[in-house]
Amino acid sequence: MKNMLTIISNALCRITGRNVGAQTVSELLIDLSEYVNVTSPAAAPAALAQAQRQPPKPPPPVGTRAPAAQLVIAQTDQLDPPGTRVVVSRSFADFTSQATFDIKKCDVHRLEEGPPLKAELTREQGLQYYRVMQTVRRMELKADQLYKQKIIRGFCHLYDGQEACAVGIEAAINPSDHLITAYRAHGYTYTRGIAVKEILAELTGRRGGVAKGKGGSMHMYAPHFYGGNGIVGAQVPLGAGIALACQYQGNNQVCVALYGDGAANQGQLFESFNMAALWKLPCIFTCENNQYGMGTSVERASASTDYYKRGDFIPGIRVDGMDVLCVREAFKFAAEHCRSGKGPIVIELKTYRYHGHSMSDPGVSYRTREEIQEVRSKSDPITMLKERMLSNNMASVEEFKEIDIAIRKEVEEAAQYATSDPEPPLEELCNHIFSNDSPLEVRGTNPWARLKSVS
Amino acid sequence: MAAAARFFIRGAPFKLPVSGVGTGAQSSFEATLLKLSPNSNSRTKTQRRHAAHFTFQPDPVPTQYGPTQKMNLFQSVTSALDNTLASDPTAVIFGEDVAFGGVFRCTVGLRDKYGKDRVFNTPLCEQGIVGFGIGAAVAGATAIAEIQFADYIYPAFDQIVNEAAKYRYRSGNLFDCGNLTIRAPWGCVGHGSLYHSQSPEAFFAHCPGIKVVIPRSPVQAKGLLLACIADQNPCIFFEPKILYRAAVEQVPVEPYTIPLSQAEILQEGSDVTLVAWGTQIHVMREVANMAQEKLGVSCELIDLQTILPWDTETVCKSVVKTGRLLISHEAPITGGFAAEISSTVQEECFLNLEAPIKDDQLLNPRQGPSSGSPGLHHLSFSSSFIQSVERGQEKTLC
Repeated sequence: MKNMLTIISNALCRITGRNVGAQTVSELLIDLSEYVNVTSPAAAPAALAQAQRQPPKPPPPVGTRAPAAQLVIAQTDQLDPPGTRVVVSRSFADFTSQATFDIKKCDVHRLEEGPPLKAELTREQGLQYYRVMQTVRRMELKADQLYKQKIIRGFCHLYDGQEACAVGIEAAINPSDHLITAYRAHGYTYTRGIAVKEILAELTGRRGGVAKGKGGSMHMYAPHFYGGNGIVGAQVPLGAGIALACQYQGNNQVCVALYGDGAANQGQLFESFNMAALWKLPCIFTCENNQYGMGTSVERASASTDYYKRGDFIPGIRVDGMDVLCVREAFKFAAEHCRSGKGPIVIELKTYRYHGHSMSDPGVSYRTREEIQEVRSKSDPITMLKERMLSNNMASVEEFKEIDIAIRKEVEEAAQYATSDPEPPLEELCNHIFSNDSPLEVRGTNPWARLKSVS
Repeated sequence: MAAAARFFIRGAPFKLPVSGVGTGAQSSFEATLLKLSPNSNSRTKTQRRHAAHFTFQPDPVPTQYGPTQKMNLFQSVTSALDNTLASDPTAVIFGEDVAFGGVFRCTVGLRDKYGKDRVFNTPLCEQGIVGFGIGAAVAGATAIAEIQFADYIYPAFDQIVNEAAKYRYRSGNLFDCGNLTIRAPWGCVGHGSLYHSQSPEAFFAHCPGIKVVIPRSPVQAKGLLLACIADQNPCIFFEPKILYRAAVEQVPVEPYTIPLSQAEILQEGSDVTLVAWGTQIHVMREVANMAQEKLGVSCELIDLQTILPWDTETVCKSVVKTGRLLISHEAPITGGFAAEISSTVQEECFLNLEAPIKDDQLLNPRQGPSSGSPGLHHLSFSSSFIQSVERGQEKTLC
């Protein structure tokens, strides 16, 4: 029995090129389903449905596995267009609608107590987080692909591996709260409400892009999302300023100002900490510690790698940034802290990026492939959430598959849009330099080039 | 402008991959750049987008400095730093990521050769780097600080302008930080956009007490860098990043210096003086050739090399001879360094001028805002620029 499983999963490894083999039938089916549609028509053997429904049970007898493979192959001929496919019918009563999970305890600095040790997750929330994280992941991988095809040029800093941070934060704050980050901003642009196609079109520099094609990877903005900033650390004082505006206007909003482990050594951060603490600004300073500042590991750059303590007089929390629930609970706690007028707080999210610093960095000259692989297999945020939900019977494998397929389609369409949209017209070259009522005349590259700036 | 407008006519969406088309055609494109008139559209859009806006032209091999070796710009910088660390035991090199060799490979091998206490990384803090460098220099060490991109130099602006530049003056010559040299990659590179393409020499030109130097080629880079290090004033050395790999010359292996504050006349001429520095010299060389071929105009080309203090004498002498001046640089026109040159020249050579001085600029005043749109960014990197300079010649000459 085990041999059969090993044989099939080895074959699968050869086909897919993956290192990790399937350990159970359900995993095998998950892997296979990447390539074929595994949903079965109503006439499917009940055994198959049974096997899929209860992953933790031991694999069914050999007999059913062969038909499963046959069924899978047969299915490829019968793939119906979406909408007409018959899904194994199960009612939602089969699923657990809500579960409570234990999450890691957070280290705290200058706080009596930290965020709660348990997090509740409803089925809808879980699927939503999964959907968003998977979209960010696929979008970043698509950006990687487009960059390698030279359709995206310039600089491109990818966010895959860190999805739990963006999604956890967004789950904890309101859309009316504010957020500002540095250049690894594609994930946040999405969570703050911009469609994938606008993000990809901005990366390819087309007029459908979120910044009209003139900003590029590092300069994407959205309502209550202030980018997207290229200069390291420069966004943090801005974040403190946004928090001041919130406090001044008394609108009970908070500002999340994100920065990285490299930026944590910038002087302007400490200036911001001081002002925020002095005036009790509702600012959540968040260090996304992905262990490497470009190519420099945190030990080689910082005298103290306890970034949550760097605020000194500002309370701090260190959070497992690969667990979306942990991030969410921490930010709920922090937002509450800020909204109650207690002043700023520093959160360190321990996370990891799979790609290098940017597309020109292979990412393996300062860390080993084994390290990246280990994080991918043990702490991947999307896998962790999925396994949690599956083992608590909150969703089925097919559902995740469907979500994956839908996301893949969305990203493909977005990429298509991003490659086919026209570039911004020449007339827009100088727009929005200043704010001016009538068009401003701008000197061009030669004395006879008179360009217009409209704003 | 018509040529530029053609960039934006998008044809049918092309599928992937395009890399083969772009890179393969680059060399042929560069060779045909001069011959193509701005109205031709025989090249495909992809080729146009991926080619450089100039061809690097190496200088003749220098014979007076000893044996030479083929080096590109970053290797010539490494060679200069190597010579310095070898001859000066107080020399130290520091900056972000310099230990492994630097993001542009300028310090490759130096840490292994000279030790980790002489070549070391700093954390991500430009203000700290320069401040630290000033301190080290004042105390007697030859401090060579690297700022990873000239675009990031602004947090250190206060340290440079207020601390470094004025140290000697405010201490009545008791202290100085002449041992400090700051190196930074400079200038546009095609895909750098807002924050990896800037040319901030004009900001620093406004500050007495520091020297600002920009080389055009590997031979110049090594000589000028060694001169900056030897100079008893704090110097900022901007290295055109687009030339790091593109510029290859035979560079002397032994140390040598090229004097600061001396402009070099690269080409003698009688009708118009062209002044430029850094990468733009190579564009102007092409322009001078085009002007000679097409208009019969004889151009005198001057490489300013040192921006501050600049060689007024050479430029003014040249303008007295030709009567016309065209200055060209990558930075924005308004308040760019060409304005300073114009102002001085019109004051010194007013009666010799036959026409107004023209400031020409590679990028538009917004300094390449459109990274997201390579088409817009490459607007200037095209024959339309040369066309405009042609028209500039015509206007200046009439």
